[in-house]
Amino acid sequence: MARKILTEHINVPGIETFDVYRKQGGYTAVEKAIKTMTPEEVVEEAKKSGVRGRGGAGFPMGMKWGFLAKPEGVPRYLVCNADESEPGTFKDHHLMKCIPHLLIEGMIISSFALGAHKSFIYVRGELMYVIRILEKAIEEAKAQGFLGKNILGSGYDLELVVQPGGGAYICGEETALLESLEGKRGNPRNKPPFPAVKGLYQSPTVVNNVESISNMPWIINNGGDAYAAIGIGRSTGTKLISASGHIQKPGVYEIELGVSVDEFLNSDEYCGGIRKGHYLKALVAGGSSVPILPAHLITKTANGEDRLMSYESLSDGGFATGTMLGSGGFIVFDETACIVRNTWNFSRFYHHESCGQCSPCREGTGWMEKVLHRIEHGHGSMHDIDLLVDISKKIEGNTICPLGDAAAWPVASAIRHFRDEFVWHITHPHEATQPGAVYMGEMALV
Amino acid sequence: MTESPNLVAFTPERLEKVKEIIARYPEGRQKSALLPVLHVAQEQWGWLSSEVMDYVAGILSIEPVEVYEVATFYTMYHLDPVGKHVIEYCRTGPCCLMGGEDVYGHLKNKLGIDAGETTSDGLFTLKEVECLAACGWGPVFQIREQFYMNLTNDKVDQIIEELSK
Repeated sequence: MARKILTEHINVPGIETFDVYRKQGGYTAVEKAIKTMTPEEVVEEAKKSGVRGRGGAGFPMGMKWGFLAKPEGVPRYLVCNADESEPGTFKDHHLMKCIPHLLIEGMIISSFALGAHKSFIYVRGELMYVIRILEKAIEEAKAQGFLGKNILGSGYDLELVVQPGGGAYICGEETALLESLEGKRGNPRNKPPFPAVKGLYQSPTVVNNVESISNMPWIINNGGDAYAAIGIGRSTGTKLISASGHIQKPGVYEIELGVSVDEFLNSDEYCGGIRKGHYLKALVAGGSSVPILPAHLITKTANGEDRLMSYESLSDGGFATGTMLGSGGFIVFDETACIVRNTWNFSRFYHHESCGQCSPCREGTGWMEKVLHRIEHGHGSMHDIDLLVDISKKIEGNTICPLGDAAAWPVASAIRHFRDEFVWHITHPHEATQPGAVYMGEMALV
Repeated sequence: MTESPNLVAFTPERLEKVKEIIARYPEGRQKSALLPVLHVAQEQWGWLSSEVMDYVAGILSIEPVEVYEVATFYTMYHLDPVGKHVIEYCRTGPCCLMGGEDVYGHLKNKLGIDAGETTSDGLFTLKEVECLAACGWGPVFQIREQFYMNLTNDKVDQIIEELSK
């Protein structure tokens, strides 16, 4: 069995309660950090660990902490991004629901490191039941002296606030999240200034993902170097993978970064292989935004090397033959899946979720949805394929926030790897619009 | 705090809750309470009428338009009256891979309504939503805080019959 950092105790009965969590060694890292370490030493351990942002961007967390401005007399804020909305991603939902104290403990340690006295956990509003679980855990921690005034007699004060969102994918973007937390529409901000200088209420702010912060208790207990020794290269530690689609065992799995894609997909410890009687067609490895890969580029890179579950190996080959680890939303497609229909579905999602500030994204996502709709419904022309590529290129890089890129990549990559399937929809509109119709290669055209 | 002309007002318990929410934020930052307070309002009235939004604006000492722009941006807030049970059905890719579209068709037939509509008995409103972060247990829909997962046609029948009692 692979080493577990986040989920080792997740199946212990009652782990959602303070007492059971404490019995499993919970909150010892808070004691260690607050009683024996300085905030700078905690930041140093985070840096040494090499842990990278688990929300999707993969930016080193310790380095992000290092950028936080510390002007005298100005409050600093830590905000946890629990707005998990990337299609295919449900790991934070699972972690917070099952073992809420892990995040609370991580928040206390991280807030202490950053000198924050009021920290927020912004949870997507649809998870109101998880918000109640977190609020209960916070009450318990407070009653035991781990939150509130003068934590463990150290003189350090911290208040944790759980904030519900209102239903908006865009609020997973950190500046949109801050706008939302200020009670506004989730329109991303122009950067600079970065949140580390002007974030929540124009004060220095760090925004970190649930999973990133939940690594902190282990890092403090065992040291940043021990964390960095797990994984492969600059992909240190473990990663939660949300596995969905046409596999035997969908669910949330904690992997050591560097395990092979083949093992993750096919071993019984993880996905258990493609569902019986079917075979692998495509994979979206890191949430709907990352490029889709065809079967021959999933377990091997274009160079014929084993593809690994790591930031570097999944992006090997760039966008031509690679993809990204992203949020770890691992969506598996077997031969029954229609790539055109799925791409249209994802495009509709981004169109729906575009905040509308930047015209390339607001208009472009709508155009892509419409063009894909007509191809899928038998009204496409060959020109539409190039039109889609053209629109995707005009969105990419031309918007305030990465939602534009996230909308462009799935379309561009689907055409890159599955162009035949788009062509078939256009040349065989009658066949392609039959219920459940899927392009099966040239043989299916008879 | 002034009462609106329509006598829209939180129940005493909810008003306490709202005060507790406002107290979470730094002095002068009470607008941060807007999203959570709108959830409390929707819990009480089922949807957000302009009277309710004006009332919330008064409580938070902000302009009504600041409430409208937020209520219309986020998908969870209902701007029209809804039925007793609002079914929020996930229509995003991973759920579709697991047969979400077929089950959705069955649900619509069963209820005899389309997205955005309410059954004539006022029991069910159907809304389409995007990814609910439960992709491994799809197809999925949500009614208030409850997730209904691994849906099949049979399961949908059972749930609807149970809630119709």
